[in-house]
Amino acid sequence: MTPRVRLVMLLVGLAGVVVMLATALPELPGFGGHTHPYRDRAMTAAYHQSTANAVASVNFDQRAFDTFGEETILIASVMGVAALVRRLPEEQRRERRQRGHVLESTRWAATVFLPLTVLLGADVVTHGAITPGGGFQGGAIAATGIHLLYLGGRYRLLERLRPLALFEVTEAAGLAGFLAVAVTGLAVAGSVLANFLPRGQLTQLLSAGTVPALNFAVGVAVASSIILLIAGFLEQALAITGHRSDSQADDEAAS
Amino acid sequence: MTVVIMVALTLVLIGAALVVFTRSTARQAVLLAVYGLLLVFVFLAMQAPDVALSQLAVGTAVVPLMVMLTIRKISALHRDRKDRR
Repeated sequence: MTPRVRLVMLLVGLAGVVVMLATALPELPGFGGHTHPYRDRAMTAAYHQSTANAVASVNFDQRAFDTFGEETILIASVMGVAALVRRLPEEQRRERRQRGHVLESTRWAATVFLPLTVLLGADVVTHGAITPGGGFQGGAIAATGIHLLYLGGRYRLLERLRPLALFEVTEAAGLAGFLAVAVTGLAVAGSVLANFLPRGQLTQLLSAGTVPALNFAVGVAVASSIILLIAGFLEQALAITGHRSDSQADDEAAS
Repeated sequence: MTVVIMVALTLVLIGAALVVFTRSTARQAVLLAVYGLLLVFVFLAMQAPDVALSQLAVGTAVVPLMVMLTIRKISALHRDRKDRR
Protein backbone atom coordinates (compact mmCIF):
# COMPACT_ATOMS: atom_id res chain seq x y z
CA MET A 1 0.00 0.00 0.00
CA THR A 2 1.64 3.20 -1.14
CA PRO A 3 1.45 6.42 0.89
CA ARG A 4 -0.72 7.92 -1.84
CA VAL A 5 -3.34 5.15 -1.51
CA ARG A 6 -3.26 5.54 2.27
CA LEU A 7 -3.80 9.28 1.95
CA VAL A 8 -6.77 8.77 -0.40
CA MET A 9 -8.28 6.28 2.05
CA LEU A 10 -7.80 8.74 4.88
CA LEU A 11 -9.46 11.54 2.93
CA VAL A 12 -12.43 9.32 2.00
CA GLY A 13 -12.89 8.33 5.62
CA LEU A 14 -12.52 11.90 6.85
CA ALA A 15 -15.04 13.14 4.28
CA GLY A 16 -17.54 10.56 5.49
CA VAL A 17 -17.05 11.54 9.14
CA VAL A 18 -17.33 15.26 8.32
CA VAL A 19 -20.58 14.74 6.37
CA MET A 20 -22.11 12.69 9.15
CA LEU A 21 -21.06 15.18 11.83
CA ALA A 22 -22.35 18.12 9.79
CA THR A 23 -25.76 16.48 9.40
CA ALA A 24 -25.93 15.32 13.03
CA LEU A 25 -24.73 18.42 14.90
CA PRO A 26 -27.63 20.77 13.98
CA GLU A 27 -30.04 18.16 15.41
CA LEU A 28 -28.40 18.30 18.84
CA PRO A 29 -30.15 20.16 21.64
CA GLY A 30 -28.41 23.38 22.68
CA PHE A 31 -25.68 23.48 25.33
CA GLY A 32 -27.12 23.42 28.85
CA GLY A 33 -30.89 23.64 28.55
CA HIS A 34 -33.57 22.08 30.69
CA THR A 35 -34.80 19.04 28.77
CA HIS A 36 -32.74 15.95 29.41
CA PRO A 37 -34.75 12.85 28.46
CA TYR A 38 -31.85 10.51 29.22
CA ARG A 39 -31.20 12.07 32.61
CA ASP A 40 -34.88 11.80 33.59
CA ARG A 41 -35.01 8.10 32.76
CA ALA A 42 -31.64 7.30 34.32
CA MET A 43 -32.44 9.17 37.55
CA THR A 44 -35.81 7.44 37.87
CA ALA A 45 -34.23 4.03 37.32
CA ALA A 46 -31.45 4.79 39.80
CA TYR A 47 -34.00 5.83 42.40
CA HIS A 48 -35.99 2.64 41.88
CA GLN A 49 -32.84 0.58 42.37
CA SER A 50 -32.04 2.55 45.61
CA THR A 51 -28.76 3.77 44.15
CA ALA A 52 -27.96 7.27 45.39
CA ASN A 53 -25.18 7.82 42.86
CA ALA A 54 -27.01 7.83 39.53
CA VAL A 55 -23.74 7.55 37.62
CA ALA A 56 -22.87 4.34 39.48
CA SER A 57 -26.36 3.06 38.73
CA VAL A 58 -25.92 3.72 35.02
CA ASN A 59 -22.44 2.17 34.95
CA PHE A 60 -22.96 -0.91 37.11
CA ASP A 61 -26.66 -1.61 36.84
CA GLN A 62 -28.44 -0.04 33.87
CA ARG A 63 -25.64 -0.76 31.39
CA ALA A 64 -23.32 -2.97 33.42
CA PHE A 65 -22.55 -5.12 30.39
CA ASP A 66 -20.88 -2.15 28.66
CA THR A 67 -18.82 -1.55 31.79
CA PHE A 68 -17.70 -5.17 31.69
CA GLY A 69 -16.54 -4.58 28.12
CA GLU A 70 -14.62 -1.47 29.22
CA GLU A 71 -12.90 -3.38 32.03
CA THR A 72 -11.84 -6.07 29.56
CA ILE A 73 -10.41 -3.39 27.26
CA LEU A 74 -8.41 -1.95 30.16
CA ILE A 75 -7.01 -5.34 31.18
CA ALA A 76 -6.21 -6.21 27.57
CA SER A 77 -4.34 -2.95 27.00
CA VAL A 78 -2.37 -3.41 30.22
CA MET A 79 -1.38 -6.89 29.04
CA GLY A 80 -0.31 -5.43 25.70
CA VAL A 81 1.86 -2.79 27.36
CA ALA A 82 3.32 -5.37 29.74
CA ALA A 83 4.31 -7.47 26.74
CA LEU A 84 5.91 -4.44 25.06
CA VAL A 85 7.98 -3.30 28.06
CA ARG A 86 9.05 -6.77 29.22
CA ARG A 87 12.75 -7.47 29.55
CA LEU A 88 14.24 -8.89 26.37
CA PRO A 89 16.86 -11.68 26.61
CA GLU A 90 19.66 -9.31 25.55
CA GLU A 91 18.67 -6.61 28.04
CA GLN A 92 20.39 -6.76 31.38
CA ARG A 93 18.78 -5.97 34.66
CA ARG A 94 21.01 -3.93 36.88
CA GLU A 95 20.40 -3.07 40.49
CA ARG A 96 20.80 0.62 40.22
CA ARG A 97 21.12 2.92 43.16
CA GLN A 98 18.68 5.74 42.81
CA ARG A 99 20.51 8.75 41.60
CA GLY A 100 19.41 12.28 42.21
CA HIS A 101 18.70 13.98 45.47
CA VAL A 102 15.30 13.84 47.15
CA LEU A 103 14.39 16.79 49.33
CA GLU A 104 13.71 15.89 52.95
CA SER A 105 10.33 17.62 52.72
CA THR A 106 9.35 15.54 49.69
CA ARG A 107 10.36 12.40 51.54
CA TRP A 108 8.20 13.35 54.53
CA ALA A 109 5.24 14.40 52.41
CA ALA A 110 5.36 11.09 50.56
CA THR A 111 5.50 9.16 53.85
CA VAL A 112 2.56 11.07 55.33
CA PHE A 113 0.37 10.95 52.25
CA LEU A 114 0.98 7.31 51.34
CA PRO A 115 -1.41 5.77 53.91
CA LEU A 116 -3.88 8.64 53.45
CA THR A 117 -4.03 8.16 49.69
CA VAL A 118 -4.46 4.39 49.88
CA LEU A 119 -7.18 4.86 52.50
CA LEU A 120 -8.91 7.47 50.34
CA GLY A 121 -8.80 5.06 47.40
CA ALA A 122 -10.42 2.33 49.48
CA ASP A 123 -13.04 4.83 50.68
CA VAL A 124 -13.87 5.96 47.14
CA VAL A 125 -14.28 2.31 46.08
CA THR A 126 -16.54 1.35 49.00
CA HIS A 127 -18.81 4.39 48.71
CA GLY A 128 -19.04 4.20 44.94
CA ALA A 129 -22.77 3.52 44.98
CA ILE A 130 -23.69 6.49 47.16
CA THR A 131 -21.13 9.23 46.52
CA PRO A 132 -19.14 10.24 43.42
CA GLY A 133 -16.43 7.81 42.56
CA GLY A 134 -16.36 4.06 42.42
CA GLY A 135 -14.18 1.14 41.49
CA PHE A 136 -12.28 2.76 38.67
CA GLN A 137 -11.57 6.07 40.44
CA GLY A 138 -10.75 4.50 43.81
CA GLY A 139 -8.54 1.86 42.25
CA ALA A 140 -6.60 4.50 40.33
CA ILE A 141 -6.19 6.65 43.47
CA ALA A 142 -4.90 3.73 45.55
CA ALA A 143 -2.54 2.57 42.80
CA THR A 144 -1.03 6.01 42.31
CA GLY A 145 -0.76 6.43 46.09
CA ILE A 146 1.58 3.45 46.37
CA HIS A 147 3.92 5.17 43.93
CA LEU A 148 4.44 8.06 46.34
CA LEU A 149 7.22 5.75 47.63
CA TYR A 150 9.03 6.25 44.34
CA LEU A 151 8.60 10.03 44.57
CA GLY A 152 9.99 9.89 48.10
CA GLY A 153 13.10 8.21 46.73
CA ARG A 154 12.41 4.75 48.06
CA TYR A 155 12.31 2.66 44.90
CA ARG A 156 13.79 -0.35 46.71
CA LEU A 157 11.04 -0.21 49.31
CA LEU A 158 8.43 0.13 46.57
CA GLU A 159 9.81 -3.00 44.92
CA ARG A 160 9.51 -4.89 48.19
CA LEU A 161 5.97 -3.68 48.94
CA ARG A 162 4.79 -4.48 45.46
CA PRO A 163 4.58 -8.24 44.95
CA LEU A 164 3.91 -8.12 41.23
CA ALA A 165 3.04 -11.81 40.98
CA LEU A 166 0.26 -11.25 43.51
CA PHE A 167 -1.08 -8.26 41.59
CA GLU A 168 -1.19 -10.32 38.40
CA VAL A 169 -3.45 -12.73 40.28
CA THR A 170 -5.66 -10.01 41.81
CA GLU A 171 -6.05 -8.32 38.41
CA ALA A 172 -7.50 -11.52 37.01
CA ALA A 173 -9.50 -12.08 40.21
CA GLY A 174 -11.16 -8.68 39.90
CA LEU A 175 -12.28 -9.46 36.38
CA ALA A 176 -13.39 -12.94 37.45
CA GLY A 177 -15.40 -11.43 40.31
CA PHE A 178 -17.23 -9.18 37.86
CA LEU A 179 -17.92 -12.21 35.67
CA ALA A 180 -19.12 -14.21 38.68
CA VAL A 181 -21.68 -11.52 39.58
CA ALA A 182 -22.77 -11.44 35.93
CA VAL A 183 -23.30 -15.20 35.73
CA THR A 184 -25.01 -15.33 39.15
CA GLY A 185 -27.44 -12.71 37.87
CA LEU A 186 -28.15 -14.95 34.91
CA ALA A 187 -28.70 -17.96 37.15
CA VAL A 188 -30.80 -16.23 39.80
CA ALA A 189 -32.75 -13.57 37.92
CA GLY A 190 -32.59 -14.79 34.34
CA SER A 191 -30.41 -12.09 32.76
CA VAL A 192 -26.70 -11.40 32.71
CA LEU A 193 -25.67 -8.78 35.32
CA ALA A 194 -29.20 -8.59 36.73
CA ASN A 195 -29.23 -6.74 40.05
CA PHE A 196 -30.25 -9.79 42.07
CA LEU A 197 -29.21 -8.70 45.58
CA PRO A 198 -31.57 -6.96 48.02
CA ARG A 199 -31.32 -3.26 47.29
CA GLY A 200 -31.75 -1.96 50.82
CA GLN A 201 -32.41 1.66 51.58
CA LEU A 202 -31.32 4.61 49.46
CA THR A 203 -28.09 6.32 50.69
CA GLN A 204 -27.15 3.44 53.02
CA LEU A 205 -23.66 1.98 52.58
CA LEU A 206 -25.09 -1.44 51.81
CA SER A 207 -27.68 -0.43 49.25
CA ALA A 208 -28.01 -0.68 45.48
CA GLY A 209 -27.70 -4.49 45.40
CA THR A 210 -24.87 -5.69 43.19
CA VAL A 211 -23.44 -2.20 42.51
CA PRO A 212 -21.03 -2.18 45.51
CA ALA A 213 -19.90 -5.73 44.71
CA LEU A 214 -19.15 -4.82 41.10
CA ASN A 215 -17.42 -1.64 42.26
CA PHE A 216 -15.19 -3.69 44.53
CA ALA A 217 -14.30 -6.11 41.73
CA VAL A 218 -13.49 -3.25 39.37
CA GLY A 219 -11.50 -1.47 42.07
CA VAL A 220 -9.28 -4.52 42.66
CA ALA A 221 -8.78 -5.08 38.92
CA VAL A 222 -8.01 -1.41 38.14
CA ALA A 223 -5.64 -0.92 41.09
CA SER A 224 -3.72 -4.08 40.17
CA SER A 225 -3.50 -3.24 36.48
CA ILE A 226 -2.30 0.33 37.06
CA ILE A 227 0.36 -0.93 39.48
CA LEU A 228 1.50 -3.52 36.92
CA LEU A 229 1.46 -0.91 34.17
CA ILE A 230 3.60 1.62 36.06
CA ALA A 231 5.84 -1.22 37.30
CA GLY A 232 6.69 -2.11 33.72
CA PHE A 233 7.60 1.50 32.92
CA LEU A 234 9.61 1.98 36.15
CA GLU A 235 11.48 -1.25 35.56
CA GLN A 236 12.40 -0.18 32.03
CA ALA A 237 13.43 3.32 33.06
CA LEU A 238 15.35 2.53 36.25
CA ALA A 239 16.60 -1.03 36.24
CA ILE A 240 16.99 -2.30 32.70
CA THR A 241 19.99 -1.30 30.67
CA GLY A 242 19.87 -2.17 27.02
CA HIS A 243 23.11 -3.79 25.87
CA ARG A 244 22.28 -4.64 22.35
CA SER A 245 24.53 -5.29 19.42
CA ASP A 246 25.28 -2.31 17.26
CA SER A 247 23.69 -3.89 14.21
CA GLN A 248 20.33 -3.89 15.97
CA ALA A 249 20.73 -0.30 17.05
CA ASP A 250 21.56 0.62 13.47
CA ASP A 251 18.51 -1.31 12.23
CA GLU A 252 16.39 0.72 14.58
CA ALA A 253 17.94 3.97 13.47
CA ALA A 254 17.30 3.05 9.85
CA SER A 255 13.66 2.09 10.36
CA MET B 1 -22.52 28.77 36.01
CA THR B 2 -22.07 29.44 32.30
CA VAL B 3 -19.35 31.95 33.18
CA VAL B 4 -17.49 29.33 35.22
CA ILE B 5 -17.70 26.83 32.35
CA MET B 6 -16.47 29.45 29.88
CA VAL B 7 -13.51 30.35 32.08
CA ALA B 8 -12.63 26.67 32.61
CA LEU B 9 -12.85 25.92 28.89
CA THR B 10 -10.68 28.94 28.04
CA LEU B 11 -8.06 27.72 30.52
CA VAL B 12 -8.16 24.26 28.92
CA LEU B 13 -7.66 25.87 25.51
CA ILE B 14 -4.61 27.79 26.76
CA GLY B 15 -3.27 24.68 28.50
CA ALA B 16 -3.65 22.56 25.37
CA ALA B 17 -1.85 25.19 23.28
CA LEU B 18 0.99 25.28 25.81
CA VAL B 19 1.35 21.47 25.69
CA VAL B 20 1.37 21.42 21.89
CA PHE B 21 3.80 24.31 21.39
CA THR B 22 6.35 23.27 24.02
CA ARG B 23 9.51 21.88 22.45
CA SER B 24 11.16 20.11 25.37
CA THR B 25 9.54 16.71 25.98
CA ALA B 26 10.25 16.70 29.72
CA ARG B 27 8.56 20.05 30.14
CA GLN B 28 5.70 18.77 27.98
CA ALA B 29 5.07 15.91 30.40
CA VAL B 30 4.75 18.34 33.32
CA LEU B 31 2.48 20.62 31.29
CA LEU B 32 0.38 17.59 30.36
CA ALA B 33 -0.28 17.05 34.07
CA VAL B 34 -1.28 20.71 34.44
CA TYR B 35 -3.55 20.37 31.42
CA GLY B 36 -5.12 17.30 33.00
CA LEU B 37 -5.82 19.31 36.14
CA LEU B 38 -7.48 22.08 34.09
CA LEU B 39 -9.75 19.44 32.52
CA VAL B 40 -10.76 18.38 36.04
CA PHE B 41 -12.12 21.90 36.60
CA VAL B 42 -14.15 21.70 33.39
CA PHE B 43 -15.75 18.44 34.51
CA LEU B 44 -16.47 19.91 37.95
CA ALA B 45 -18.04 23.01 36.39
CA MET B 46 -20.23 20.72 34.29
CA GLN B 47 -21.31 18.91 37.48
CA ALA B 48 -19.68 15.59 36.65
CA PRO B 49 -17.75 14.69 39.83
CA ASP B 50 -17.30 11.04 38.85
CA VAL B 51 -15.61 11.97 35.60
CA ALA B 52 -13.55 14.62 37.39
CA LEU B 53 -12.23 12.00 39.83
CA SER B 54 -11.23 9.66 37.02
CA GLN B 55 -9.53 12.48 35.16
CA LEU B 56 -7.70 13.57 38.30
CA ALA B 57 -6.23 10.13 38.93
CA VAL B 58 -5.44 9.14 35.35
CA GLY B 59 -4.85 12.47 33.62
CA THR B 60 -2.71 14.19 36.24
CA ALA B 61 -0.81 11.23 37.69
CA VAL B 62 -0.69 8.03 35.65
CA VAL B 63 -0.32 9.37 32.10
CA PRO B 64 2.31 12.07 32.85
CA LEU B 65 4.29 9.54 34.91
CA MET B 66 4.30 7.06 32.02
CA VAL B 67 5.37 9.80 29.61
CA MET B 68 8.20 10.92 31.93
CA LEU B 69 9.51 7.41 32.47
CA THR B 70 9.42 6.79 28.72
CA ILE B 71 11.39 9.98 28.06
CA ARG B 72 13.94 8.96 30.67
CA LYS B 73 14.32 5.51 29.14
CA ILE B 74 14.76 6.86 25.61
CA SER B 75 17.39 9.41 26.65
CA ALA B 76 19.27 6.65 28.50
CA LEU B 77 19.24 4.54 25.33
CA HIS B 78 20.61 7.48 23.35
CA ARG B 79 23.39 7.94 25.90
CA ASP B 80 24.32 4.24 25.72
CA ARG B 81 24.50 4.40 21.95
CA LYS B 82 26.69 7.48 21.99
CA ASP B 83 29.05 5.88 24.52
CA ARG B 84 29.63 2.86 22.35
CA ARG B 85 30.44 4.78 19.19
